[in-house]
Amino acid sequence: MKNRDKKERNGSSKNIMKQVLNHIGKYKFYLAFSIVMAAVSVVLTLYIPILTGQAVDCIVGAGAVDFDGIWEILKTMVVIILLTAVVQWLMNTSNNKIAYQVVRDVRDEAFRKLEILPLKYVDGHSHGDIVSRIIADVDQFSDGLLLGFTQLFTGVVTIVGTLLFMLSINVPTTIVVVILTPLSFFIAGFIAKRTFSMSKLQSETRGEQTALINEMIDNEKIVKAFGQEDMVIGKFDEINQRLEKASVKAIFFSSLTNPCTRFVNSLVYAGVGILGAFLAIGGYITVGQLTSFLSYANQYTKPFNEISGVITELQTALACAGRVFEFIEEEPQIPEAADAVSLTAPKGQISMKNIQFSYNPDQKLIQNFNLDVKPGQRVAIVGPTGCGKTTVINLLMRFYDVNAGSIRIDGVDIRDMTRKSLRDSFGMVLQETWLHAGTIRDNIVMGKPNATDEEVIAAAKAAHAHSFIKRLPQGYETVINEDGGSLSQGQKQLLCITRVMLCLPPMLILDEATSSIDTRTEIKISQAFQTMMKGRTSFIVAHRLSTIREADIILVMKDGNIIEQGNHTTLLQKKNGFYANLYQSQFAGN
Amino acid sequence: MKSLLQYMKDYKKESVLAPLFKMLEASFELMVPLVMAAMIDNGIANKDKPYIIKMGAVLLLLAAVGLLSSVTAQFFSAKAAVGFATKLRKSLFAHIQGLSYTELDTIGTSTLITRMTSDVNQLQNGVNLTLRLLLRSPFIVFGAMIMAFTVDVKAALIFVVAIPLLAIVVFGIMIVSMPLYKKVQAALDKILGRTRENLAGARVIRAFCNEASEMEAFTRENEQLLNVQVFVGKISAAMNPITYIIVNVALAVLLWTGAIRVDNGIITQGEVVALVNYMSQILVELVKLANLIIQLTKALACAKRVESIFAIYPSMENGTAKIEQKVTENAKNDRDIINAVSFDHVCLTYSGGGDESLTDIHFQVKKGETIGIIGGTGSGKTSVVNLIPRFYDATKGQVQIFGKNIKDYDSAALREKIGIVPQRAVLFKGTIRENLLWGNENASLEDLEHALVVSQSKEFVDAKEGRLDYMVAQGGKNLSGGQRQRLTIARAIVRNPEILILDDSASALDFATDARLRQAIKEMHKDITVFIVSQRASSIQYADKIVVMEDGHMAGIGTHKELLAQNEIYQEIYYSQFPKNEAAGAESNV
Repeated sequence: MKNRDKKERNGSSKNIMKQVLNHIGKYKFYLAFSIVMAAVSVVLTLYIPILTGQAVDCIVGAGAVDFDGIWEILKTMVVIILLTAVVQWLMNTSNNKIAYQVVRDVRDEAFRKLEILPLKYVDGHSHGDIVSRIIADVDQFSDGLLLGFTQLFTGVVTIVGTLLFMLSINVPTTIVVVILTPLSFFIAGFIAKRTFSMSKLQSETRGEQTALINEMIDNEKIVKAFGQEDMVIGKFDEINQRLEKASVKAIFFSSLTNPCTRFVNSLVYAGVGILGAFLAIGGYITVGQLTSFLSYANQYTKPFNEISGVITELQTALACAGRVFEFIEEEPQIPEAADAVSLTAPKGQISMKNIQFSYNPDQKLIQNFNLDVKPGQRVAIVGPTGCGKTTVINLLMRFYDVNAGSIRIDGVDIRDMTRKSLRDSFGMVLQETWLHAGTIRDNIVMGKPNATDEEVIAAAKAAHAHSFIKRLPQGYETVINEDGGSLSQGQKQLLCITRVMLCLPPMLILDEATSSIDTRTEIKISQAFQTMMKGRTSFIVAHRLSTIREADIILVMKDGNIIEQGNHTTLLQKKNGFYANLYQSQFAGN
Repeated sequence: MKSLLQYMKDYKKESVLAPLFKMLEASFELMVPLVMAAMIDNGIANKDKPYIIKMGAVLLLLAAVGLLSSVTAQFFSAKAAVGFATKLRKSLFAHIQGLSYTELDTIGTSTLITRMTSDVNQLQNGVNLTLRLLLRSPFIVFGAMIMAFTVDVKAALIFVVAIPLLAIVVFGIMIVSMPLYKKVQAALDKILGRTRENLAGARVIRAFCNEASEMEAFTRENEQLLNVQVFVGKISAAMNPITYIIVNVALAVLLWTGAIRVDNGIITQGEVVALVNYMSQILVELVKLANLIIQLTKALACAKRVESIFAIYPSMENGTAKIEQKVTENAKNDRDIINAVSFDHVCLTYSGGGDESLTDIHFQVKKGETIGIIGGTGSGKTSVVNLIPRFYDATKGQVQIFGKNIKDYDSAALREKIGIVPQRAVLFKGTIRENLLWGNENASLEDLEHALVVSQSKEFVDAKEGRLDYMVAQGGKNLSGGQRQRLTIARAIVRNPEILILDDSASALDFATDARLRQAIKEMHKDITVFIVSQRASSIQYADKIVVMEDGHMAGIGTHKELLAQNEIYQEIYYSQFPKNEAAGAESNV
């Protein structure tokens, strides 16, 4: 069982690695440059100990120093030092470029994915978790990647280079070094394997915590209103403590790599020292060569340490990358067919046939829904909360696809047209007002980015938003933050209505569009709506029966089905009909 | 950073032991070149094989002891760093819980979330590295210098020049890059904000086909982040090459000086090798130090950002008084006299909000009364009720609850007696039961059931699988707007409050449910004081008193009849909802 788990994990981490490499592939030029620079820098660096050794050999003892020889050696040394520094800087810079650009690409890609994921995904997943994947995980992954690249190349080249230089000086000592160092690899590999699952647990717990932080801080005001600060802190502490445990483990075990490999280094160093000393006594090598060897022994094992360090770092980075790529690989919404038609200036004839739909396969919602709307008709949907009113709109806008049946506009199935042209043809105002950070104007022109100031103001006047916007500190240029800041719910709704007023699409959807607006303003807006709706097929979801009364078709829905259909007069005549009762109840009072 | 150090308090032992063991390891490392020099000068020069073996054994012993101390150090530092971060996060979270509405409005949630997550993580890394390396690296650098002095004073002077030079480079780069890392973080904040926004506004963005422009904006901001990162990267990438130059040039000078000293017979060849070794130890250590400094710079920037949150104090001072428990028989008369809530010429200006949002609000409410507050969008209805649980403090005038200045109460005790149902129906991830228990964690099952009945939720909760144990998704996404709203009402009722505030919280309910809800609340118990904020005249028309709000002023107060007779604004509102002829019919129905 355990073994199988491990295999799967390896398989998946290989998969992730492949993805990472795919992303790096774009920067082949930088990569090649970086590799060349790494090689050059390593060779130059390795040449210094040889020069040092030669210099030491020129310094035998009192009165036996070859000053001319040393001078020559030192001149070469300085040139090489300067060259090395330049090459190193170039390498570091291009590595930085690779890592940051890959991160940029991954984030871009993740964000693009976010925009084309089916709404089902967005509705069904914790936003905090998605954010933590796109931001925190990508950061972790970039740190690992950065370290990985700088050190992996230099490491490998140093190992090969040192080996060659060492062989050129003395073979037996080289063999001692070669035999001892793989130990360090072995230990590091052993540790890395253990750490992977620990760092995964750490990153999962962190995700859980981020989700909680998001939820609570977003709704901090409710938390306060109910005096639940302590309870929330308690919940937070519980996760926090789990995170502490997971982190201590993950961090401690991954930090063992360094001391352990350093220990192997010291073994190598001692081995070289003893053997070298014996060889020196025998006259096989000089003291200077022994010096070169000792610094090689250090340099040779150092990349092993670094590589093992990189491996642990990469484990963490991979675990994070895995979470990002998992997101990027989510199934996107069904792509548009190549021959998808563009809906232009539709007349607004809509027919919904035999529609079945549910959010969750276990729970039936809409079944066998049929509706025909003639161009320009006004359809009102009423019914108790949770009866599927909003769902109809989700389907019309194709936020969700029907499970069976079809929706046609002017005779064309909406799945055969481009989403853009479909959604452009609808103006939508939802109960849940959403504004984005930016100026008031930015928020209004969402549907028509090139609108002139006059058009914007005209739309705002029509939506009765102009007067309050004018009173804001900077008028239309007032910057609001993501949750609309100090604007009231009703003001936000007015802004959302202005948005639609500005683009005036051929069909309208008003889902509780005026629920937060006072009735006096509503009456004024509804006059504007009336003009707007003239000749436009419209769908209205509302509780206020006054808004509904004038609709051509009133659909009364319950539990996903249409239970009554007709207009205000015909429905009222129905004794004990749902609509008739509903209408009476608003006057029933208490 | 200083104020954050208190979170290390519980880890004094660890924070002393970790660097101590690291230094122990370092001292063993520093002895290695001396042992090696002895090997060369005594062992090789005298061809003394047993001596060489003895020295070799000493090297191994040093390595083993070094390993032990290092592992110990890693353990303590991991424990301390994670413990520190855990405590910090906990206390930061608790601090945020303590902030009042005013501060939450100004800081904004996405900033708070980054501070809680990625900033604290960076700090954890920073502390871990500091404990492990911050003392070790300088210790080795200076230790190597001191050891050099024991070998030869004149040669050691080279170290005295090289080390300050290195310090200047390292700290110079740190000072330059510190503010740049702040920029990186700010750019990251922007990206985070946009991601969150796109999750929350997925529907609207798609309805207006703004996916492309959102992607474009994200790409642009992402690019900005990349540019800052690459720029900072270029600067910090210079650190290694520059230090490399300094150390190796010093090495060349060292060899030259050494040659002269050996020629004069002052030091031996082996001692030159030892000096060279010390110089290369310094280089290795500096590379680590450089990396450490980069991490620390990041961590310090994060520390400042975290500290700035701690520096924000809640703007309200807490009183100590509690609301007296249920009134005894004799006090009954008093209670009739004492007003449950009274507003004494209250004004309210939101911080940074410019104009007054409420002006001269003045009214009294007796215990057990039902108060309706009606008015247009943005007229200040919510601002009025937000003052009752002291979410904000009045900027002029005084709010009194049960005859006492609201500022004299302990806020927690005050809010315990108030049930509020906010406009935005927010539920939390967890079961329905857990959500209801927010109102009062000690509520019995009967209390919960009763609340469900009163809030008209029973019917739909009964239909849910597991009833009270039905899992509510984050943000209540798996419930309809009306269901969410009713559960938030139930949550407030579970509190068994003295004062119940319904802030336009029936907007998603149909008229029939709304009417039944009001009826049920009325029957709950006689002492409860109820505030109903609404735009529906039908919701408030049977209240004992109705406050009519207009542009932050009180436009009138009285009963439905009084207002309908004389108050122009009320008439306008009322007749906009009940056209005169039908309204007459409705009246006669009562």
